[in-house]
Amino acid sequence: MKNIALDRLPIFDVMSVRADFPLLARTVHGKPLTYLDNGASAQRPNAVIDAVDDYERRHHSNIHRGVHALSQEATGMYEAARDRVVEFMNARSRHEIVFVRGTTEAINLVAQSYARPLLKAGDEILITHLEHHANIVPWQLVCEQTGATLVVAPIDERGVVHADAVESLMSERTRLFACAHVSNALGTVLPVRRLVAAAKARGIVTLIDGAQAVPHMAVDVRELDCDFYAFSGHKLFGPTGIGVLYGRESVLERMPPWQGGGDMILTVSFGKTTYNSLPYKFEAGTPNISGAIGLGAGLAYLGGLDLAGAHAHEHALLGYATEALRSIEDLRIVGTADDKASLVSFVVAGVHPHDLGTILDEDGIAVRTGHHCAMPVMEFFKVPATVRASFAFYNTFEEIDRLRAGILRARSIFA
Amino acid sequence: MELNDLYRDVIIDHNRHPRNFGAMEPADATMEGFNPLCGDRLTVRLKMAGDRIADIRFEGQGCAISTASASLMTEAVKGHSRAEALALFDRVHRLLTDDDAPNDQLGKLAALSGVREFPARVKCASLCWHTLASALQSADPRQLPAVSTE
Repeated sequence: MKNIALDRLPIFDVMSVRADFPLLARTVHGKPLTYLDNGASAQRPNAVIDAVDDYERRHHSNIHRGVHALSQEATGMYEAARDRVVEFMNARSRHEIVFVRGTTEAINLVAQSYARPLLKAGDEILITHLEHHANIVPWQLVCEQTGATLVVAPIDERGVVHADAVESLMSERTRLFACAHVSNALGTVLPVRRLVAAAKARGIVTLIDGAQAVPHMAVDVRELDCDFYAFSGHKLFGPTGIGVLYGRESVLERMPPWQGGGDMILTVSFGKTTYNSLPYKFEAGTPNISGAIGLGAGLAYLGGLDLAGAHAHEHALLGYATEALRSIEDLRIVGTADDKASLVSFVVAGVHPHDLGTILDEDGIAVRTGHHCAMPVMEFFKVPATVRASFAFYNTFEEIDRLRAGILRARSIFA
Repeated sequence: MELNDLYRDVIIDHNRHPRNFGAMEPADATMEGFNPLCGDRLTVRLKMAGDRIADIRFEGQGCAISTASASLMTEAVKGHSRAEALALFDRVHRLLTDDDAPNDQLGKLAALSGVREFPARVKCASLCWHTLASALQSADPRQLPAVSTE
């Protein structure tokens, strides 16, 4: 664990940021809410709530095909949200930003539209051992459909993915490499730049699952040079049901549509249908208009924050929480990579994660307990489940003190 | 909601020292129960004497509620008939879900009544009972697939 310079922290004004998130002011079971389940879903700032509300009350209509004022307003707002995403990820153009329901749908889109037509028996897809189920099962499905093989790169006992180990599994049979940017179960930050470069040198197409990364670090897809990057809006302080697939334009161009329907076509006759241009080719049907607008508003909100200060604060929270938890007898932190995003997964001997979750909830503390949709990770560490405290920039050191006190209370109940 | 009501002394005791815990070889019926929500996994094994549960053992890993509930269940049904065990399952199920459920005729199982204030935990307490019901059916002698509370 890196040492944290605590004296530098007041630069980031947590209390003023907390005031932007109305839900954080509520109580749970008579206690102030301590929300430490940001890895599952983050809370929304007023900017997002108000933008969605304004759209629903004043501008709602279907987009893209209406000549009337409301349709043009809604279209403008929806497409402005796309422009925000372009800027946020430093994509080259709006052709590269496809709105989807979330990370899961983005990965399924790539599996079915990019990988499935291409794969043959004997081909390989390479992932790592620490993936979320959403970055495992879509590949298993496409392997079943095509006869390709899923190859899994190992992790070590600290939950680290070693680039050498991954590279040694890249071969002339590897058609696609997919990995998390940040592990949702362990917090490990993967060496994605090096992995993408290694894949690219071998002509392997790359997908990065950025669901857990975008809330914690700046992501630049041009610098990263990956072919696909996926994330979900609701982990980034936006609404649920909206997410983004970034795809390199030259790769998206070659892909057939995933779903057929309205909006993804230029002309339809019973003889032949001409598909729409990017990104609309991949946006069949009426999309989640309010979700996209909310996501755009969230990105604008983040743009107005001191993000470097926010990320430094999160890193300090991670260091503080790691020390605070490590001092508890019989507590074992699962996932101890040097480079971690702001979450701590742990188990306490004699207290099952599910019981600990219930006891913490009584103190108003929201954590996640379970396998975190990463059962292979649980199996690797030989635990059925863990407790995961995941932080956002609006969390405080005092909240971590409450977490520690809650864990001690649980230990005393089961002692 | 009171934590003391959920984690009563009986529950803590049976979690720490589960009764009838471990393997049974050979068993007349073996059934595995799995709660994918929290990863709780337990196996119930029965030895039958005609229609009667001559012996019952369980093993696996789970939270305190799941482990204590299974432990209490084995004590409660041992020596009883299939019909009596299923009738008890019915009473426990009502205890876990219905605020007006009667507490009588349940003995130590009444300690589980606090669970109903914690809806997310009802499945923890009922997993063993669903598994037992399935084991009783499989002893019938039809074979059924593993039980899941999802």
